[in-house]
Amino acid sequence: MNPVDIQSALHPAGPQAAHIAWLWWLMLSVCAAVFVIVLAAMGVAVYRGRHHTGPPADEAAMRRAVSLATGATVVILIALLFASVWTGRAIAALGSPTPLDVEVTAAQWWWQVEYAAPQPSNRVTTANEIHLPIGRVVRVLLKSTDVIHSFWIPNLHGKVDLIPGRGNVIWLRADTAGTYRGQCAEFCGIQHAHMALTVIVEPEPQFEAWLVKERRAAEAPQTPEQQRGRDLVAHGSCALCHSVQGDGPSAHLGPDLTHFASRPTIAAGELENTPENLAAWLADPQRIKVGSRMPATGLRGDDLQAVVAYLEQLK
Amino acid sequence: MRGQDLAADPRLEPAALAREARLLAETWAQPRGIVGWFSNTDHKTIGLRFLVTSFVFFALGGVLAALMRIQLARPDAHFLWPDLYDQIFTMHGTTMMFLFAVPVMLALGIYFVPLMIGARDIAFPRLVAFGYYMFVFGGIFLYVMFLLNTGPDNGWFSYVPLAGPAFSAGKRGDVWAQLITFTEVSALVVAVALIVTIFKMRAPGMSLNRVPIFVWGMLVVSFMILFAMPAVMLASSWLIMDRLVGTHVFNKAQGGDPLLWQHLFWFFAHPEVYIIFLPAQAMMSTLISTFSRRPVFGYLALVLSLSATAFIGFGVWVHHMFATGLPQLGASFFTAASLMIVVPTGVQFFCWIATLWSGRPQFTVPMLYALGFFAVFLIGGLTGVMLAAVPLNQQVHDTFFVVAHLHYVLIGGAVFPLLGMVFYWFPKLTGRLLDNGIGTVAFWTLFVGFNLTFFPQHILGLEGMPRRVYTYPAAMGWGGLNLMSSIGAMTIGVSMLIYLYNVAVSLRRGEVAAANPWEASTLEWATASPPPPFNFSPMPTVGDRDPLWSPDPQPVVVGLATDKREVLVTQLMDAVPELARKQPHPTIWPFLAAVAVSVMFVWSIFSPWGVIYGSIPIAITFIGWFWPTDGKRPQAFEHDVASGHVQERAV
Amino acid sequence: MTPASRAIDVATLPRYGFGHRSLTWWGTLGLLAIESTAFGLAIVAYLYLKGRADEWPTAALAPRMFWANLTTAILLVSAVPNELAKRAARRLDLGRVRLWLVVCLVLEIAVIATRAMEFPLLNVRWDANAYGSVVWTLLGLHTTHLITDFGDSGVLTLLMMSGPVNENRFVDVAENSLYWYFVIASWIPIYAVIYLVPRFG
Repeated sequence: MNPVDIQSALHPAGPQAAHIAWLWWLMLSVCAAVFVIVLAAMGVAVYRGRHHTGPPADEAAMRRAVSLATGATVVILIALLFASVWTGRAIAALGSPTPLDVEVTAAQWWWQVEYAAPQPSNRVTTANEIHLPIGRVVRVLLKSTDVIHSFWIPNLHGKVDLIPGRGNVIWLRADTAGTYRGQCAEFCGIQHAHMALTVIVEPEPQFEAWLVKERRAAEAPQTPEQQRGRDLVAHGSCALCHSVQGDGPSAHLGPDLTHFASRPTIAAGELENTPENLAAWLADPQRIKVGSRMPATGLRGDDLQAVVAYLEQLK
Repeated sequence: MRGQDLAADPRLEPAALAREARLLAETWAQPRGIVGWFSNTDHKTIGLRFLVTSFVFFALGGVLAALMRIQLARPDAHFLWPDLYDQIFTMHGTTMMFLFAVPVMLALGIYFVPLMIGARDIAFPRLVAFGYYMFVFGGIFLYVMFLLNTGPDNGWFSYVPLAGPAFSAGKRGDVWAQLITFTEVSALVVAVALIVTIFKMRAPGMSLNRVPIFVWGMLVVSFMILFAMPAVMLASSWLIMDRLVGTHVFNKAQGGDPLLWQHLFWFFAHPEVYIIFLPAQAMMSTLISTFSRRPVFGYLALVLSLSATAFIGFGVWVHHMFATGLPQLGASFFTAASLMIVVPTGVQFFCWIATLWSGRPQFTVPMLYALGFFAVFLIGGLTGVMLAAVPLNQQVHDTFFVVAHLHYVLIGGAVFPLLGMVFYWFPKLTGRLLDNGIGTVAFWTLFVGFNLTFFPQHILGLEGMPRRVYTYPAAMGWGGLNLMSSIGAMTIGVSMLIYLYNVAVSLRRGEVAAANPWEASTLEWATASPPPPFNFSPMPTVGDRDPLWSPDPQPVVVGLATDKREVLVTQLMDAVPELARKQPHPTIWPFLAAVAVSVMFVWSIFSPWGVIYGSIPIAITFIGWFWPTDGKRPQAFEHDVASGHVQERAV
Repeated sequence: MTPASRAIDVATLPRYGFGHRSLTWWGTLGLLAIESTAFGLAIVAYLYLKGRADEWPTAALAPRMFWANLTTAILLVSAVPNELAKRAARRLDLGRVRLWLVVCLVLEIAVIATRAMEFPLLNVRWDANAYGSVVWTLLGLHTTHLITDFGDSGVLTLLMMSGPVNENRFVDVAENSLYWYFVIASWIPIYAVIYLVPRFG
C-alpha cells in the first residue's frame, strides 16, 4: 500500500468508510458541477453586461430566473440531505448480536486497548495497537481518563470523540487485510501530534493466534542481562506506572508492557521499535517526546542496556 | 417628502452655506494635543483607529501563520518546538477571530454608517470610543502575555477539560478567557451604538426600504452580536471561575459537563463567523451595484437573505460537535439547518449575477475582489455543504479539510470583499485614490497565493492529516502538499505587502480624490473626501434608494444649531424628523473608564479580590463620564406636552 | 446630487423626548437584550446540568426561601415608586421625581440586604459541585445588576437633588426606570429556577 493510503478516508478498508467515501464522491460531483455552473453564469453575466447593446434586461424575467435558481438550489440541498441521512442510516445498520468487544481508553498521549472476554483471565490489554479480524463486526467502547481525544482510523470509519465521563461507542468492520494507521484527532495537549494507533487487520485464524499469544504471561528472561533488566523494571520507577503481567509491576498509569517487543512502535507511533530507539527513549523520554508523562528514568550504561534487553524479549 | 418650497430661501445661498460650514467646523472640531487625542469622540477618527488597529492585528496574525507554515513545510521539522507551536496556533486563531475579523467590520460600520444614512454623528460617540480602547487594551494584554511566554495554548476554542484547572496550570488559559471579555465588551457596546444610530438617526426620507444594503448588513450583524456574545462571555467567565475559584461547571467529577462548554462556545462561535461574513455579503452588494452602474437587483430579497442567514445561523452550532457522540436524529436536524442556510446565500449570489447581467460591469480593482469572492467563497461554501453531512463530517472534522474550508469562507468570503471595500473607500477615508496597477497585482498575487496555500489542504485532510499538529511523520507522504501550502502562504504574505505598499505610496502621491470618484450612489459620496468633522452641510434628505443616482433634487435640512453639536433624530420606520439632540462633547472619560475596566479585568485573573477593589476606579470613572456638564439651568421651565417644546422661565 | 433649492426646517422641533423618542431608551433596550440573553443561557445551562445529574440539588438541601420571598416582595412593591418616578419625570415634576427616587433607593437598599441573606441560605457553596456553581452564578448575575442599578440610581438621585438639572436629566430618570423594571422582571424566572425547580421540578 502506498504510504499515503494507510491513513486515508479515500481508501476504505471496511463498509463504514466505504459508505462515507461513496457520499464524498457524490457530494464532490454535485458540488463541482454547481461550482462550474455558477462561475459560468457569473462569467456570462459579466460578458453580457459589458457587451450588450440592445434593450435593457427584463426585470420580471430576471426575477423568474432567480426564483428558478433558488428552487434548483433547494432541490439539490434536499437531495444531499437525503443522501446524508441515508448514509447515516447505512452506517448505523452495522451491528451484530455477537460483536468483538474492544475497549479503547485514551490518555495523554497514548491509547490503552483492551479486548473483553467473559473470563477475566482471557482479557487482553495492550497499548497503541489494535488487531482486527477480517469480516467481523467490532464494537469499540471509547473512554478517556483525562481530556477529550478523538478516535480516528480513516480507512475504517469517521471519528468519534473519547470524552471523560462518557462512553461513546463506534461500530466497525474491517474487510481488507493490511496495516493501517489511526491518529488522535482532537487537540489534547502538547503531544497531540504524536498519538498514533497501529491497526492490523488480519484473517480470523491469525487474529485468534495473536489473542492467544497476548493472553500468555510475559516471557521469562533468559540471559543474566535480561534478568537484571527484569529486576530493574520490577523494582525501579517503571513499576510506578507500567505493568508486565505475571512478572512484576502492575500499575496502569502507562502502557502495558507484557508483549512490548511485538509492537511496531514506541511512544504511540513516535519511534520504530528497535533496541537503539528504545535505548534513546529510556535514556531521555523528554528529549524524544517533550511533555510526555514519562519522566526521566535515570538509567545509564549497563543498566540501560539490561532493561532494553529485557523489554526487547517481551514478545 | 414635502418641503417648504422657499424659492429663494436665503439659508441655501452659497454664501450662507459657506458660513454655516465654517461655524460647524468650529463647533464639531475635536480637541488637539495628547490629552485631546485620548478625548477624541469623532466617529470617523474612532472608526479609522479601529480600522488601522484591526489591520495591525491582521498583520500579526499573518506573521504567526507564516511561522506555522514554515514549521509544517517539511515533516518532523524543528523550527518551532511544540509548546511554542501550540501558543502560536492559538494566538493566530484568537487574533484573527477576535482582534481582526469582527473589529474590522465594526470599524467600517462606525466610520461609514452615519455617513451612509446622512447623519452628523454616531449615537453614543463616547461609548464607541470606550469600545475602541477596550479592544486595543485587550489586544495589548494578550500580546504582552504572549511575549512573556504566557500566551494561551489550547486553541482559539479552548476546549475543557484540557483548558480547565487540572490540565492547564498557570495563567495561559485565563489570559485567553479574559481576552474574550475585553473583545466582547468592545463589540457589544459598538453594536448597541450602531443599532440606535441606524434606527433613529437616518436622514429624513430614508425609510427602511431605502436604507443602503451595507447599513442593513451592519444592523443585522449588530443584533447578532447582542444575542451571540453573551454565550461566550458566560462560558469564558465560568472557565475562569473553574480555574480560579473552584467552581465545577465543566468538571465531570462534580456534576459538570465538558460538553456544556462546547454547546455554549459554539452557540456563540457559529454566529460569530456569520458576524464576520454578513458585512462582507453586504459589501458585495455595494461593490457589485456600484461597479455594474445599476441599483442592486433584488433589494428586498437581499435584505431578507441577510436576516434569514443571521436567524438560521443561531440554529446550526451543533454541526461543530458531530464527533461527540450525539443521537442520530438530533444531528440530522442540524444537518438540515446547516444545509438550509445555504439558500439565502444562494439567493444573494443569484441577485448579484442578475445585477452583473443587467448592468455595465467595470473591472475596477474593487470589482476584481468582488469577482474573486465568487470563485473563492463558493468553494468554501460548497465544502461547507459537505461538512454539513454527518457521515462525511466524521471523517474530515478536525483535519486540514476543515482548515481549508474555514479559510476559503473567511478569506474568500470576508477578506476579499474587505480588501475590495477598503480600496473603494480609501479615497473617502484619506482623500487619495489607491493605485490601480499595484492594486491589480496585489489582487492576483493574493488569488494565486491563497489557492496554492489552501486547496492542497483539502487533500491533506482526506489523506488523514489532523489539524492542530505541530508536525507529521515523513512516512505519511504529506510533505509535498504541505510544502506547496507553505509556499502559497508566503505568496499571500507578499500580496499583503504589495497592498500595504500601495497604501503607503498612495497616501503621499496618490491621485487626489473628489467627493465621488467612483460615481457611486450612496450618501457618503455626497460630501468631501475625507468628510469634514460635521459630515454634511447642508444635511441631506433622500427620496429613493440610490440618492446620488437620482435626478430629482432633494430638499435639505436646515435649522440644526451651528453653535452646538446637534444631530437629527428621526422615526424608526419612515425617518420623519422627530427631535434634535445635543451630542456630548469630546472627553477623556471613556479612555479613563476603559483603563479602569482593563485594570479590573487583568487583576481579576490573578485574584478574585480584583473584582471588588477593581470596581472602585470603575465606579469613579463611570460617574465622571456620565456626570452632566450641560451647565446648571434654571430649574423652572414650561413644558408644552403636546408639541414637546420647552420654554425656560426666567428665574 | 443637484444643488438643493428647498429646505425642511427642524429649528422648531423639540430638543428632547421620552420613550422611543429618546436614544437612551433604545440604548437601555440594547443592554436589556444582552443581559436577558445571558440570563436565559445561564438558566438553560442550569437545566442542562440538572438533566444530566442523578440527584438535584446535588449533595445539598434545597435553598431556603424565606429571604428570597422577601426579596421578591420588595422588588414587586418597588415597581410602584419606579413607575411613579418615571411618570413624574415625564411631567418634568422635579419635586415628585425627588420623592419617588428616594423611595426607590430605600427599597433597593432593603433588597440588597435581603439578597445578602439569601447567599448563605442557598445551602451549598459555589465550589462544592456543579449545582452549587450554577446556582451561585444565577444569583450572582442578578445581584450584579442589582448593585449596578443601585449605583446608577444613587448617582441619579444625587444629581436630581443637587446637581445641574435640565430636561435631559428627566429623560435619564424616565429611561433608568426601564433598567429597574428589568431587574424586577428578570428576577422572576431566576427565582423560579433557583428556589422552585429543586422543590417542584
